[in-house]
Order: sequence, then structure tokens, then C-alpha cells
Amino acid sequence: MSRTFAIDKYNRNFLIDLLKEMILIRRFEEKAGQMYGLQKIGGFCHLYIGQEAVAVGSIAALDLSQDYVLTTYRDHGHALACGMDPKVLMAELYGKITGCSKGKGGSMHLFDVEKHMYGGHGIVGSHIPLATGVALKMKYKGETGVVACYFGDGAIHQGSFHESLNMAKVWDLPIVYICENNQYGMGTSYERISSVRDFYKMGSSYGIPGKQVDGMNVLEVYEEMMQAVRMAWETGLPSFLEIKTYRYRGHSMSDPAKYRTREELDEYRRQDPILLFKDALIEYGIVNEDEYRAIDNESKEVSNRAVEFAEMSEEPGLEALYEDILA
Amino acid sequence: MPIITYRDALREAMDEEMARDENVILLGEEVAEYNGAYKVSQGLWDKYGSKRVIDTPITEEGFTGVGIGAAMAGLRPIVEWMTFNFSIMALDQVINNAAKMRYMSGGQFKVPIVFRGPNGPAEYLAAQHSQALQTLFVHIPGLKVVAPATPYDAKGLLKSAIRDDNPVIFLEGELMYQWKGEVPEGEYLIPIGKADIKREGKDVTILTYSKPLRVVEEAATELEKQGIEAEIVDLRTIRPMDEETIYRSVKKTNRCVVVDESWPMVSVASHVGWMVSRNCFDDLDAPVELVTGEDVPMPYNHRLELAAQPSVEKVINAVQKVMYLT
Repeated sequence: MSRTFAIDKYNRNFLIDLLKEMILIRRFEEKAGQMYGLQKIGGFCHLYIGQEAVAVGSIAALDLSQDYVLTTYRDHGHALACGMDPKVLMAELYGKITGCSKGKGGSMHLFDVEKHMYGGHGIVGSHIPLATGVALKMKYKGETGVVACYFGDGAIHQGSFHESLNMAKVWDLPIVYICENNQYGMGTSYERISSVRDFYKMGSSYGIPGKQVDGMNVLEVYEEMMQAVRMAWETGLPSFLEIKTYRYRGHSMSDPAKYRTREELDEYRRQDPILLFKDALIEYGIVNEDEYRAIDNESKEVSNRAVEFAEMSEEPGLEALYEDILA
Repeated sequence: MPIITYRDALREAMDEEMARDENVILLGEEVAEYNGAYKVSQGLWDKYGSKRVIDTPITEEGFTGVGIGAAMAGLRPIVEWMTFNFSIMALDQVINNAAKMRYMSGGQFKVPIVFRGPNGPAEYLAAQHSQALQTLFVHIPGLKVVAPATPYDAKGLLKSAIRDDNPVIFLEGELMYQWKGEVPEGEYLIPIGKADIKREGKDVTILTYSKPLRVVEEAATELEKQGIEAEIVDLRTIRPMDEETIYRSVKKTNRCVVVDESWPMVSVASHVGWMVSRNCFDDLDAPVELVTGEDVPMPYNHRLELAAQPSVEKVINAVQKVMYLT
């Protein structure tokens, strides 16, 4: 699959920032996987490796002083793209008091109310109505802005998705529903369990415009998201993006991903969103190999420092057990 | 003092709070143009319009979640479930989202939302439309659960629930909406978490809440004729529970009966019975007795459905048992 990147439409800093953010997510996730292997991180840990262009490209289109993000348990990438501190995120994965959720949420429940990163939700599809409710509040208050609601292909058959799209259209809510179609709901290929192959068409059941987007092309993601976001900002109307992507790792750290072939994985590695973008940037003379390597090294360094911070941080005290149950 | 219905008391509470705070909205099935399936919201759509009184599709999970999301972002929604039977469709939203958002975000969110509607057995409605489901909610940390039995309590507690920064489950009852009682003009609040002694007595404590209060009051009148003075403690809030008032009463009367229209297994009644047994052990002259709904789905036949619920006779029998009169 050949891709074109509209590099010359953008300024150099913007392009390099996209590259940096994707590389940071990649290196952060590799580090998280490594620390999971060392049993520093427990429970369910869902890595974002392979999907970086989705969160980075789409969140780059948002203004988080007014817009909101809600996502699934595969939330590290979105949290980083929202500008959350890698140290605070790694500390949360470690369950430390310095984590964004004071160690009570873990990998699946990253939140930053100030940055409008509204989670980090663990039940498949359950946050889609929440995101719709945040959009209701924006409309009620007459605010300009949009809610970006991310979920996987596994969520698209949940009633909560269909109920939400219906209400968003009936009430004209400013929200972009984003299906990150990484092609497997846990270990099940969507082709085995979905009567619809092109999810973007499902928006039309509710009168919501849908579009299929190449999730390996960060600029295409940005451009399509920008259109949807602008529409919400200007008209307050909902839209739906199916962003086709791929995760290199299993569903979670405990999944060896035996349901797919080596060849399939290799094929997607050749379409790596970071390497494709890097090649395009080099071709256009935006970066050279040395600069790329420097960015990569810096990302590794940031990830290492995040681990150091998490290691050095304290566990929550036992008194925290009964804190923050009620306001 | 004016005498109004339980339904009117609820409406007054919502009306006053909507007038007071523009962040308060009401959403649910038939709440707006239809004026509410049970007419609790009658007139509110005329007064506040479609922006604040919102008819939803029949999608309990969806609109419950919408309410929770709006609450996370700063509104104070009242979600009306047409009945609690349908709240089962929305349990994931309540249990996994409303109740846990604050905790799992390390205290970053408040979720100020009220879920209200009729709960408990009504008449001739059979198993799926006639059941007391409070146990499902009382079980969950992160929720408050309120169950007033009089118009006065209903109004004061609903206003407190709307102002509370936490998710509050507010249990009403189809058969209670017509109940009348004195409600003062002008504003008052009743704090969540405070029980109320509805009748003083020295011989036995009867703990109850919500619709069975009437049955218990009738039973107490009958018992009085037998020379037994029952003290009725109306819990009003079942999470958090007003343990102090419960124990004070039981330590005075030394006998306790719990009346709860829900099923007996792992219920409010069984929990309160355990609490009293444990904390008033030295003061009790008899084991705590429970009067609950029978452990069966609700039948349609009227004779059978009455037999499935707490009755005056069952309460009197339980009192006589703890007084060793049978």
C-alpha cells in the first residue's frame, strides 16, 4: 500500500512535533512492556504500539483548553498525546502515589481533569455514553468545542455505541466518534464477528457522516480529524471516523496473539506509521537520519526517566484505601 | 400546613432546585412532553423547556451514561428511570462509571447526579415490573441510596440529593405517589444519612424504610391495642446508614424487627439484622426478626402478590415473636 504525505502543507515544527509524539509513545510503551515483564507493573496492560498515528494525528487537531478526550483502557498513547507527563503516567502504571490517579487507577484508568483527558475506561463501549454526556454539557453551556471519543472495533457492536450515536444526532451534539479499528477485538478478527466490514458506514444508520481513514498515515488522520473537529466547532454536529490501524502486540501483555500469522504482522510492520512518516520527512528534507536518531534517543531517555521517577516514588499509604470514594 | 401528595412533593423539590441552579437538568423517558409516565415531572417541561427537561429514547444504558458524563463535566442531572425495573439495563453505567469515577481517578472527578424513579412492588404488574431492587445499589461503594416514605421526607431528601456532589439513587414507589402528607411552604432540606423516629415506643424497635412504613404504622396501631408500644425507626437513607439512631432505639427497647420489601437473601434487612445483632448483642432480649418480601418472583395474581409482600399480620407476628408472645 503506497501512501502519500502532504508534507509541504505544514510547517516544520508541527511535523517534527507529530514525529516526536509518536516516537515517545513507541518508546514509552516498549519501556512499559519491559517493566511489565519485570513485574513492576501488574494486571492488565494494553500497549498502543502500532497505533501511534491515530492518537497523535487526531489529538493534534484538538484544542484541549475547550475540547475533551475520552478513550478506552488502551489509553497510554492518548494520555501522552494530551500532554500528560510521562513520569506521572509511568508512576500510575506502577501504582504509585505520584501517578495521575494516585495509584488507584493503573494502566487502564489514566485521567487528567485539567487537561480534559477524561479517561481511561475499562468496560468495552461503556464510556461512549459518557463522552456523549460531556458533549451534551458543551451544547447546554453553549461552549465551542468538541469531544473526541475513542473506542476499538470490539466496542462497535455494544448497544452503548448505537444508543449514543442516536442521541448525538437527535440532539446535535459536538462529538467525533473514533473507531480505532485495529482489526481484533481481543483475539477475534472483526471479520469473523461483524456483519459489516466497513464500520464507517455504521454512522449513516443514524444520519451521522462517516469516513474511513488510514491510521498508518499520521497526516491523513490529522486532516480528516481536523475536518470533523471543525464541523463540530462550527456547527455543533457529530461525526464518525473509522481509523484503520494495527497493534503489533497482543490485546494485553498476557496475550501471545496466536490468532494471527507472522506474515500478517510482518506486513504491518512494513507499514509502520512512524517509519513511513520518518521516510517522508527525510524525503522532503524536514529531518535527516541524525536528527531522527536524536529524537529517538531523547524519547528513550524520557521513558527511562519516567521509570526512574516511578521507581523512586512512594506507594500510597493504607489510609488512601478509604479516600476519594465520595466527594 | 399544606397537605400534598408524595408526587407533588417530588415535583416541588425538582422545580425549586431547577429554579435555584441552572446546572440542574432532568432527563429520561417521557419526562418532558408527556409530563412523566407517573406525572412526577408534570409542568416542568412547560416551565423550563426542552433544553432542561429532556425526553430520551428508550435506551436506559445510553441516557444514564449521558447523564453521568454530563455530571463529570459539571452539570447536575436528574435521571428519571421510568421504573427501577428498567434500571437493570443501566446497571453498568451506575456501578462501573458513576460509582467508581472518583475513586479510580484519584479524586479528580465529582459525579453529582440523581437517579430516581419508582422501585418496589406495585399491583398486578407481575415479575418484571414489580420488584424491589435496592440491594443491587446499596451493595456498591461510591453510591448513596435514599428511600423516603413520606411527602415531607421525599421533598427534603430529593433537594439534598440534587445538591449532593455524589451519585444518589433515589427510590420512590408507584403506589406511594398518591400518598398525602404535610409539607411546609418554603424551603427546607433533610440531610442524607439521617434516620427518623416516626413513632416512639418502649417495647420493640421496628426498623423500616420506603413503602413498608405504612404497613408498619398500621401494625403499630394494632399492637398498641394489645398493650405493645412499638418504636418505628424510618431509615430514610439506606447508604450511608444512620447506625447511631438505630442502636439508640434498640438499646432502649431491647427488641428489634426489620421490615424490608426486598428479597431476604443478602439484603438491607439481613445486613441491618447483622449490624444490630453485633452492636446491640448485650442489649437484645431476643434474636432480631426479619420481615421481607418472599423469596419468589412477583406473581400476577393479586392474592399471591399480596402474600409475597410484608403485611400487617407478618409484622405483628414478628413483634410477638421477639416478645416471646407466641
